[in-house]
Amino acid sequence: MSKLGNLGARLHRGEIGYDFVRNRKIWYGISILITITAILGLTVRGLNMGIEFQGGAVFTTPKTSVSVAQAEEIAQDSSGHEAVVQKLGTGGLRIQIAGIDTAKSDHIKADLAKDLKVDPEKINADLVGPSWGEQIANKAWQGLAIFMVLVVIYLAIAFEWRMAVAALVALIHDITITVGIYALVGFEVTPGTVIGLLTILGYSLYDTVVVFDSLKESTKDLTKQTRWTYSDVANRSINATLVRSINTTVVALLPVAGLLFIGGGVLGAGTLNDISLSLFVGLAAGAYSSIFIATPLVADLKEREPQMKALKKRVLAKRAQAAAGEELVEARTVGGPLVDDEPQDAAPAVVGQRNQPAARNRGRGRPSGKRR
Amino acid sequence: MSWPPTRPRGAGRPEREYEKVAAPKKGRSASAQGKPGRSLALILIAIAALTGGMFASGHTTPRLGIDLAGGTSITLKAKSGQESAINKTNLDTAVDIMERRVNGLGVSEAEVQTQGDRNIIVNIPKGTNSQQAREQVGTTAKLYFRPVLTTELANPPASADPTPSASGSPSKKADGTASPSSTATSSGSATPSATATSQGRAVTDALKADATTSPSAAQSASASPSAKASTSADASPSANGSDAAAAKLQQQYATLDCSDAAARAKTGVGAKPTEPTLACGQNAQKQWQKYILGPAEVAGTDVKKAQAVYDTQGAGGWKVTMDFTSAGTKKFASITGKLAQNQSPQNQFAIVLDGEVVSDPYVREALTGGNAEISGSFDQTEAKNLANVLSYGALPLSFEEQSVTTVTAALGGEQLNAGLIAGAIGLALVIVYLVAYYRGLSLIAIASLLVSAALTYVIMSLLGPTIGFALNLPAVCGAIVAIGITADSFIVFFERIRDEIREGRSLRPSVERAWPRARRTILVSDFVSFLAAAVLFVVTVGKVQGFAFTLGLTTIFDVVVVFLFTKPLMTILARKKFFADGHSWSGLDPKRLGAKPPLRRTRRPSAPVDPKEA
Repeated sequence: MSKLGNLGARLHRGEIGYDFVRNRKIWYGISILITITAILGLTVRGLNMGIEFQGGAVFTTPKTSVSVAQAEEIAQDSSGHEAVVQKLGTGGLRIQIAGIDTAKSDHIKADLAKDLKVDPEKINADLVGPSWGEQIANKAWQGLAIFMVLVVIYLAIAFEWRMAVAALVALIHDITITVGIYALVGFEVTPGTVIGLLTILGYSLYDTVVVFDSLKESTKDLTKQTRWTYSDVANRSINATLVRSINTTVVALLPVAGLLFIGGGVLGAGTLNDISLSLFVGLAAGAYSSIFIATPLVADLKEREPQMKALKKRVLAKRAQAAAGEELVEARTVGGPLVDDEPQDAAPAVVGQRNQPAARNRGRGRPSGKRR
Repeated sequence: MSWPPTRPRGAGRPEREYEKVAAPKKGRSASAQGKPGRSLALILIAIAALTGGMFASGHTTPRLGIDLAGGTSITLKAKSGQESAINKTNLDTAVDIMERRVNGLGVSEAEVQTQGDRNIIVNIPKGTNSQQAREQVGTTAKLYFRPVLTTELANPPASADPTPSASGSPSKKADGTASPSSTATSSGSATPSATATSQGRAVTDALKADATTSPSAAQSASASPSAKASTSADASPSANGSDAAAAKLQQQYATLDCSDAAARAKTGVGAKPTEPTLACGQNAQKQWQKYILGPAEVAGTDVKKAQAVYDTQGAGGWKVTMDFTSAGTKKFASITGKLAQNQSPQNQFAIVLDGEVVSDPYVREALTGGNAEISGSFDQTEAKNLANVLSYGALPLSFEEQSVTTVTAALGGEQLNAGLIAGAIGLALVIVYLVAYYRGLSLIAIASLLVSAALTYVIMSLLGPTIGFALNLPAVCGAIVAIGITADSFIVFFERIRDEIREGRSLRPSVERAWPRARRTILVSDFVSFLAAAVLFVVTVGKVQGFAFTLGLTTIFDVVVVFLFTKPLMTILARKKFFADGHSWSGLDPKRLGAKPPLRRTRRPSAPVDPKEA
């Protein structure tokens, strides 16, 4: 554990760090690959819509001694679909099965009658419509569209449009992957799945915004210095919030993983699989995309800005100069505007990675002011 | 206080800069140090009060949705008589409207679906007032504003037997209409013109001539003759022979006995909105009154929103106020303008709900405000139900209850328990992780999570009886994810504090410096979640709306708990030796965090942040 704590400290000091921005192409590639797989899965396998969305057949049986759980098994074996079984006040059962047409329903009716040991004539079979009707679905799409527009406007105002675009890309990335994996696994889509997806929608944006907030803070007054490019600072910012990202992801994923793996896998609570799978995949994708996709994407977009291009030029020029005269660097750093008595500032360490002290001075402004 | 002595040390520019920066800081930290006890007390008192309220109300558990607790299932069957109207489109429309009536806010977890080709099943979770729900889904709620042509007290002595045969004819006539609501609108769109004559012509154009001549005659004539208007109205059309109907209406009216419930039930059944009709209603003295009413001028579809309000002035009691759509406003202004010129009873209009006159106000002047109210002898529930059904519109079909039965939870109890155990294991792992990583700090995190959970539980329990909030399985899972989002706020805050400590500060200034930055991150990111919740809640219906409600609620709780509980608790604990000295189990040990000792040494003598906190 103390190792983890040290990790946080070392990340903070910039002693270690992963160059997310430089290696972004690899991660873009991985994401594109996963997304394509997800889309393929979606188109090939399609989503298996539950009875709430497409309707199906409902069988009402007379009084029977068979338990709900048994009846559920029987109905699922006979139809090959998920069945929803409820006990009625009359002692009978109401069995709802998705995606059944009239021809198939007769066959299931016969099966049910045999297994439940009741007279087939007394089982009442009927078709039911969706309880999650078109209107609910249409309104939900409408709501999503409005939300997307508003959130882009909000992010464009609170941050900037590049971050809004990147957040949106990350969001679409997360939702696509979640839906695609859901299609591949082949679980039935229930209202729970949809609620799970909506939760992901909120979480993905939330997580991206937390990372962006730190990015925005650390890139303030960036053009006033010549030591780091936007990408360098973006990378440092990701590394600085990495501990928070890992902790938050672990804390959010643990209960969901409990539901999915212990509940669904070990204890056999299959009813929670639909929502916990969409949540699990979505939360993981959301945490991943904030770091590996959204922030590098912002850096990419930012580096195209003329201002940032100029900055990069200056920084590269300076670094070239520094490489030319190693000992000069030391003199300049110590004798430069930042007259620091801090030893680590004077130490000529890995210039490319060890970017923390400068950022600290720049980001907060105050320590250097005080020391002066 | 070593803060003033630091000043003479150097009066140069940097010092002034320091002063500028630090002075407001001091103010804030001073106030923050005065506050934490108060905020903590505030939130604890609030929770205690809410918990007390919860026990006082007797609803100590949240209401559970039909998937978790089962409930009542009502099967409704579309009434025959309008065979062609019973089709998929109308059934689907009816499902949508019923869904919104029983699930107005989207949080009550009622489910409505079609069954077969003429049935609708309504599932209501346990603990809902099923009687009220049955009334809500069963009421057709066809609302019309019709001018009163004539009215008098019902005469009880009249024999009841002619009435059934009499009321048979209008209902038979109604069979021809495909969709009454659409006819109402077409007649409505023709009416807004100002003068009585043009209005009559418009209606005549829109409809078959025979029926409409009578009301238009009645209205154009009504300026001079008063009570005789109706008689003259039916006298003149009867001359042209095409309407035995109007004469029949007059005859039925003469024999109608409104005090007889059976007769009442059949009166005006299936009347076309574009034709005059008979109706019954109770007046303020609870006496039955019978009416001949003109064609509908404004229909329920013109109502934009209805609300139940308690009338504090005048007679008091519950009434229903309605806001019209812009088209409805025009129509209403036009009809009231015309009626105001008439004499009693033709200056009255009747508000007819499902064939019964619920109110018959008279008009003194044209009402152009775009709203109207129905005052009757309502109690609160009735007024609310009426407002509810009016807001969501009339059903295209009439339904009768076929069966009412209880249903068990759609999810098996054993499976659910297994799921809950799994969730609990997951939560235990979260706590283990937090303790292992944050050590002493995890106390704050866990306490905050507990406060958050208590708040959520109590509010959800209280929302059950007040707005019909019901918790379904997806909502429970959503709450589990909310743990992640809530915990994230603490994690952001803790990591900021640790960063400050790594800079070499001591704990208290670190907390005060970390807070504004963590606060901004928390607010910015929670705003996104709240935006999602607000938009989805306003725009969507049904379960999505219910989800949005839960999301918005947990987001607000997150902010409330972090501001009123986590931060004050952190401030208070930062004064404790255990944390302030960086005990190795406090989670804030500078050595473990890797704060650089030389850094501390160089800063301490001059570090102005320390003293100003004192």
